[in-house]
Amino acid sequence: MTSPNNIIEVQNLTMAYGDFVLQRNLSFTIQKGSIFTIMGESGCGKSTLLRHLTGLKRPAAGDIFFSGNNFWECSKEKRVQRMQQCGVLYQSGALWSSMTIGENVALPLQQFTDLSPEFIRELVELKLALVGLKGFENYRPSAISGGMRKRAGLARAIALDPDILFFDEPSAGLDPISSTMLDELILELRDSLGATIVIVTHELPSIFALADNSIFLDTESRTMLATGNPTILAKESESLKVRQFLSRNVYLTD
Amino acid sequence: MNHKCALLVSENKDTLCLTFQGSWNIDVIPCTPPDFNKIFTSQIKTITFDTTQLGEWDSRLLVELSHITKIAAKKEITINSDGLPSGIRKLLQLTRKETLTPPDNKYSESGVVEEIGLYCIDFSKQVVEMLTFTGEILLSYIRLFTGKARYLKKDFVFFLYNCGPQALPIVTLISFLVGFTLAFIGAVQLKMFGADIYVANLVGVTMTREMGPMMAAIIMAGRTGASFAAQLGTMQVNEEVDALQTMGINPLDFLVLPRITALIIMMPLLAIYADFIGILGGFFIGCFSLDISPILYYEQTIKAIPLKHFLVGMTKSVVFGYLIAFFGCLKGMHCGRSAGAVGKATTSAVVSAIVFIVIMDAGFTFFFNILGI
Repeated sequence: MTSPNNIIEVQNLTMAYGDFVLQRNLSFTIQKGSIFTIMGESGCGKSTLLRHLTGLKRPAAGDIFFSGNNFWECSKEKRVQRMQQCGVLYQSGALWSSMTIGENVALPLQQFTDLSPEFIRELVELKLALVGLKGFENYRPSAISGGMRKRAGLARAIALDPDILFFDEPSAGLDPISSTMLDELILELRDSLGATIVIVTHELPSIFALADNSIFLDTESRTMLATGNPTILAKESESLKVRQFLSRNVYLTD
Repeated sequence: MNHKCALLVSENKDTLCLTFQGSWNIDVIPCTPPDFNKIFTSQIKTITFDTTQLGEWDSRLLVELSHITKIAAKKEITINSDGLPSGIRKLLQLTRKETLTPPDNKYSESGVVEEIGLYCIDFSKQVVEMLTFTGEILLSYIRLFTGKARYLKKDFVFFLYNCGPQALPIVTLISFLVGFTLAFIGAVQLKMFGADIYVANLVGVTMTREMGPMMAAIIMAGRTGASFAAQLGTMQVNEEVDALQTMGINPLDFLVLPRITALIIMMPLLAIYADFIGILGGFFIGCFSLDISPILYYEQTIKAIPLKHFLVGMTKSVVFGYLIAFFGCLKGMHCGRSAGAVGKATTSAVVSAIVFIVIMDAGFTFFFNILGI
């Protein structure tokens, strides 16, 4: 059964678009305060799994538990409340382009809290400082670089102090230096915020640097091939494909 | 759970101890913090924290602490953060870490004068853009007639189908209702003179000279002009246009030429179709509402519209077709490189096309009037 230490627990999840089954029989747990990565080839359903975990898509079969509560059996209000406790950083930042960076971060605070405008302004300033964007409040998303946009998206994701943070390919489209800096930032934020972090990625350096635990999705068999710590999986996984993926070596044999 | 928060201040010689109690969450009603500017007197050298009675905390505490830190820094008071939970100590450190340098293209609100100036510059740019595009299209047609233009015949046939047969249902519906409405309104007026039969003239002449081409054009501007702008705009965003250019294929020949030609060919046909359907709508009212015999209505209509009315309508619709395709392609090809820009290009294509259609229509009417056609 579910343990209180497991903030997310997935049981026999089947993901499908209509009749097309993307993945079946996914079962894994994510522990509170850990960093969890979802790995797999392009098109295996990583981003779809993220949509399931953030509550945007209903499972075709199976259950998802948040802190022991079955998400889809909860009332609509409870579900919305749960979704508010999740922060998501989308692939391209997904900042609202008609607003400035500061307004982007301030919007969830204005909508969901009774804080005074003065307090919100200070909070926005702090959140931006946390992600290394001090003084960026009055820029439009189009005026800053891709790496900065991701940081701004992160500031918006942590605006409401979420207890779970989801990242969809955080290093996609970033140069190695920016992506390493972002990885470091993720670690620092985990340590200080104490949030649980779920990352969809296929960047090996990020996986090894960050992940406590992981899941590997396969396109061919349409299910998970492995779950566990990636460093251990790289050496000891029973699946050849997982070892090939994690060692970046197609010629690896049994 | 304690839903109240409190901040106690205790002074001990040159040390000030701040005690945080209860939950410091953003959804808890805040306690009014003391005025730190007054409390931090010049005798105080150090500030310490006591968080042994602190419950849950989140960004609220962070904001409060950063506030305290700022004031303390101004008054040169040392902060001893040992008493704080480790999480918040790390967060405070993180906020003080060096940040990225902002670029110098800051967004700023512009004044009225600046706004007008920018609008004028933008307008003159658009005029130049339109003229250039017209020239480019002309060159493209020259290449087409000298056999040098590269385009796919399949594309051309697809656009012919898209601009013609696929538009028939909506053109049918709208023109029928326009004819129907015209006859209805006309009938009320003409009945006063006992001239019911002239409804046939009214509907016939208005549809063939004006409403047929005009309604078909407005439908096509919304339907096809918008879709041209959206298609080309999306191709611009996806760098598909660049891909054509690097292969040495002129995007104007490949993308714009088939679209403009297809619409120029199809518009007059659609206009004629709209004429007939509109007349049918009037016929419907004439026979069923005004009790005019069908044969009489038919003969009156034939008498009322000589061929020249059709020709006037067709001439207009060729020009309208060109205008719609021209603005659709122009706005699409000059689309910015973001999803938002595609939306703007589409709107602007439809609006410009409709404005120019109405202007041209007025021009034509004036011109034909002078010529006595």
